[in-house]
Amino acid sequence: MEEIKLMKGNEAIAHAAIRYGTDGYFGYPITPQSEIMETLMAEMPWKTTGMVVLQAESEVAAINMVYGGAASGKRVMTSSSSPGISLKLEGISYMAGAELPCVIVNVMRGGPGLGTIQPSQADYFQTVKGGGHGDYRLITLAPYSVQEMADFVALGFDLAFAYSNPAMILADGIIGQMMEKVILPPFRQRKTEAEIRHESPWAVQGKLKDKKVNVITSLELDPALMEKNNNRFQAKYRQIEETEVRYEEYNCQDAEYLLIAFGSSARICMKAVELAREDGIRLGLLRPITLWPFPKKIIETYSTQVKGMLSVELNAGQMVEDVRLAVNGKVKVEHFGRLGGIVFTPDEIITALKEKLL
Amino acid sequence: MELTEIIKPENRVYGKPRLMNDNPMHYCPGCSHGVIHKLIAEVIEDMGMEEQTIGVSPVGCAVFAYNYIDIDWVEAAHGRAPAVATALKRLNREKMIFTYQGDGDLAAIGTAETIHAANRGENIVIVFVNNAIYGMTGGQMAPTTLEGMPSSTCPYGRDVALNGYPLKIADLLAQLEGTCLVTRQSVQTAAAVRKAKKMLRKAFENSMEGKGASVVEFVSTCSSGWKMTPDQSNKWMEANMFPFYPLGNLKNVE
Repeated sequence: MEEIKLMKGNEAIAHAAIRYGTDGYFGYPITPQSEIMETLMAEMPWKTTGMVVLQAESEVAAINMVYGGAASGKRVMTSSSSPGISLKLEGISYMAGAELPCVIVNVMRGGPGLGTIQPSQADYFQTVKGGGHGDYRLITLAPYSVQEMADFVALGFDLAFAYSNPAMILADGIIGQMMEKVILPPFRQRKTEAEIRHESPWAVQGKLKDKKVNVITSLELDPALMEKNNNRFQAKYRQIEETEVRYEEYNCQDAEYLLIAFGSSARICMKAVELAREDGIRLGLLRPITLWPFPKKIIETYSTQVKGMLSVELNAGQMVEDVRLAVNGKVKVEHFGRLGGIVFTPDEIITALKEKLL
Repeated sequence: MELTEIIKPENRVYGKPRLMNDNPMHYCPGCSHGVIHKLIAEVIEDMGMEEQTIGVSPVGCAVFAYNYIDIDWVEAAHGRAPAVATALKRLNREKMIFTYQGDGDLAAIGTAETIHAANRGENIVIVFVNNAIYGMTGGQMAPTTLEGMPSSTCPYGRDVALNGYPLKIADLLAQLEGTCLVTRQSVQTAAAVRKAKKMLRKAFENSMEGKGASVVEFVSTCSSGWKMTPDQSNKWMEANMFPFYPLGNLKNVE
């Protein structure tokens, strides 16, 4: 029988991580995501599944612990919020360069700088355009419910291991803090050393006599070889863009106007769609679930159907640039957002739609 | 007795450790790294731990340590080796884990990671090569550069009014409850090499016995950075480095 629980998004992440058979979590406290580590520490999974949970001395140390754990083929994760993610970017770039899988959770808050502890979606650029140095991409999942917070732990690890690349769950303070019903995933076994050696032959587990040495590094001083490495990364990224795009359509079939929104903004937009339709406006919502790879093909498809698109984000206009690239001028695309931790109401969205597009 | 009668396998008393491969080393002539690498390879081999050992290399001259010792390696970001090693050990308790770090990596950019890994009593070995200079980037001032000692970023010698004092980080680490062994060694003579190997072995054994963090500092030379011949470097090290960084055990919990 399915067990329905009521909990915060942050708590759901923690429970899902234990149940997934995660080997290690390394974190540093920061609002509004501290419940993730608090829940893990209270659950004491090292006594049940053997999962290691460690409070690091900094976000920098935490991501480098993740680097070390991932290098040995383990399922490891960390979580933080915007300023802390900025600190982790060096490590994230190294992990992309060394092709290591892991899950990173960002429960976004408003910036720049120390900013605010209230929710925001202003780390879109940071996450999907790079953030750290070098040409790399981060698989980015944007949950819009507590259920998806729980489900995306498994999805994040599955994608990270399938492509040997870090994956990020890009949530925000609303999704992290709000309580909802959730069905937690079933328990899975942690991998044994034999399974790791078999499934991740690149992992450092100690060099056996009949095996070659494994070295985890992002360093290659020979430019010809470094270009080859980069070309391999890019080929992998193109493959992810081809096969891993995820999105949800809500009342899009007959839509004349389209809202594009992810995470908590998409939740608010669903209500806006309902209200608009009561008002006689045929409004739909397209919700990107993967922010990278971005669902550009489906957005391009709608560019011939709708009269305008409104990218609704809790930021000053970030995803709107990708929407505009996707439609390539075929239809008008505008942005509506609130900043600094202020969250828009459904009515504000409709007003913005009328002002900017109708 | 003919030479051919003497030179034969059964008379061999010394050889290159099996774990050291034949890749040409990028280290400069006279550099201490080569000897320290050899000692690590010997200790791992003597302990029969080559299939269980994972090394963590730093950013600095030893970034390519993985090219010379035939074990599994992880190359860490600058200063983060103790954090990387922390997770490697906690998630793989039966493995033998060590970091190999220079003075800039361990005592400047990675000070926080070093102190906290040591203070948590991580069951790892931290090999610390202190040559008082940034070798790889071309001889800049290190946290351990001696007062008055010139470098490319303190060309007139380290001025404590401008740069502060050289950091005796091993003394600091010895104060922490989480360390079980903090020792300062060198490799400029055969006797020093033998002594150093003994303490290195102790450090690796400690890590497998779960006694906490072991730190083996090697007071070392950098002929290129110091702009001296290898022989001059050894003499300069004995005359100038040893008085400020005296050799011996700072802490050795039995």
